Amino acid sequence: MSVDLEKILRPVDNPMPPFPAKHMKVASGEEMVIRQVTRDEIPSILQHVAPLVWVERDFYDVVAARVYAELLAYYAHRMQDEYVLVAQIDGELCAVVNGRMVNEDVGMSLHTLAMRRGLRIGAHSFAAKMEYHMDILGQKEVLVVAESPIGFRRWMLEYNLEKRFDIAHELGGVPSWALTKELFDKARDTLVVGRRPVPDELLAKAHEAILPPSDPPRPPDDLLAATRAKYDPTGTALVLQRWKQEGKV
Amino acid sequence: MTMRDVYVIGIGITSFTRLEFPLSEIAAYPAMMAMKDAGTREIDHLYVANMGGGRVNHQTGLASAVVDTLSLTPAGAETIENGPASGGSAVKTGYMAVASGLHDVVMVTGAERMREVNNLDATDFVATLTHPIAEHIYGVTLPSLAAMFTRLYMEKYGVTERHLAMVAVKNQNAALLNEFAHLHQKISIEGILDSPEAMTNNPYVAEPLRFFDCCPVSDGGACVILASEEAAGKVGRPLVKLAGVGQATDTHAVHEREDPTDLLAVRRAAAMAFERAGLTPADVDVAELHDAFTILEIVESEECGFFPKGEGHLALERGETALGGKLPINVSGGLKGRGHPVGATGLAQVYEIVHQLRGEAGERQVKDARIGFTCNFGGFGNNVVCLAFTREN
Repeated sequence: MSVDLEKILRPVDNPMPPFPAKHMKVASGEEMVIRQVTRDEIPSILQHVAPLVWVERDFYDVVAARVYAELLAYYAHRMQDEYVLVAQIDGELCAVVNGRMVNEDVGMSLHTLAMRRGLRIGAHSFAAKMEYHMDILGQKEVLVVAESPIGFRRWMLEYNLEKRFDIAHELGGVPSWALTKELFDKARDTLVVGRRPVPDELLAKAHEAILPPSDPPRPPDDLLAATRAKYDPTGTALVLQRWKQEGKV
Repeated sequence: MTMRDVYVIGIGITSFTRLEFPLSEIAAYPAMMAMKDAGTREIDHLYVANMGGGRVNHQTGLASAVVDTLSLTPAGAETIENGPASGGSAVKTGYMAVASGLHDVVMVTGAERMREVNNLDATDFVATLTHPIAEHIYGVTLPSLAAMFTRLYMEKYGVTERHLAMVAVKNQNAALLNEFAHLHQKISIEGILDSPEAMTNNPYVAEPLRFFDCCPVSDGGACVILASEEAAGKVGRPLVKLAGVGQATDTHAVHEREDPTDLLAVRRAAAMAFERAGLTPADVDVAELHDAFTILEIVESEECGFFPKGEGHLALERGETALGGKLPINVSGGLKGRGHPVGATGLAQVYEIVHQLRGEAGERQVKDARIGFTCNFGGFGNNVVCLAFTREN
């Protein structure tokens, strides 16, 4: 008897209504579109996520590696009930956020990867993700964790998340925090922004192509300088880095 | 007593950002740049400006570490701590050393590594400069103190949130032209004030001050080398004279001032610097003011004598303080755009002015700048150092 292994390995996704795209003005005055992407668009996102795996700063390396794996798993049908949203300015990829539906009532926030910084792009994208869980999927709560102190400030502190420390989050098994419907409603007026529908021209530009980030986070000049500096008070790390830049080593 | 003239013969600076190096290296790197700029390693004495090494970085005796890192031993070295005015104070001390004839060439370097701790801890660290019994124990932070000050100023002089946003946009966008600045992100009035999303993009930190009204928490270092006329004459760099220094203090607790909207220490320090330099505010071509919060640029521009009291925001409206205006202020980006590593800020201001007076500031060069001015604001206006500079040749 032949067995179709792919049928066994591939999870069957539950129906999830689409996220309706929205747009907003960021601090620079530029219009940003947040929209859901299809599986077909994942490869064009992956190429912009990959370089961030080498950014040893603010946990970009950890987050980018995990996002890469999650997007790849989504593309290859190895993740149950996942969705991916992107933020774009003039087509340029500014952020990727993703999550999944655990069951009818509970959502699992996976990652928020901002590719342009200093404009609350990550925060706006996270808010859109929460909006998807609460308003579109109609869930009661979303389980959240943060890998970086920046994420902790943005999610745990700004949304005043509740502890769900008895639930291990899917990211590393660490204790979960939860955004409840009540907390989301409290944050709705201050943290959740954006307008619908997106003007046709803006949306068309976003769909036309996912363009590379113009100013993505970059690794420090010396990937190990941060680590060495912690244990080396003699100045060697700086001198070595300078020599390296001057081509002496 | 006759004092000697004092010149700036070398300058150096690091990027203002997050620097994952020991504090002593952050102080040493711009010092190496400054020695290269001046073409000398003959330093008689070293002053190191720093505010938080002991508390934030667990490093005390910073000057001893820096002088050794630079291989400048056995030159004398000491650390100078005067809150966010540490840099200005150190320059003033270096000036006294040269002017008095005690030394011929002194190095003044400043450094801070504030991003070793998170923003909450950094804010708390800076708050330790407030009055311990009258302010700090009640949870006062610099943003909250500045917010109360701003509210009062708005009510008295008609400054609005739009004026504050105009300073934020002017300075943060000026920083786009400064390769060493912390913030390289363009902002617009529409994005931070007028759009439906503006309140989320630019939320209140302490009303009426919003996120973009506050300077970032930065690491960084900057250095200047001061010399006597004789020593300066041996250096083939454009001669910039430190023509006047002024320092003044005010009550530690802000509420003890007769009118809290008057920054008397700024007024007095600026007047002193101008008098010693034989200059007037009208002579100044370019100024670097201490805009830790946007309101401070407006108020200091009045207290320094550049505009009448209560009219700084009107000059801002007329574009007089922008690059190309009558008196460009903070073309480096200021603390708002360049960043504010507290102990290094006063030196970064001097770096910018010398850079400008030498005519080497590239795209942000103020045309024909020959007289420059800095205001380094310590505490909440309780300890202020002002410096006046002139291009000599």
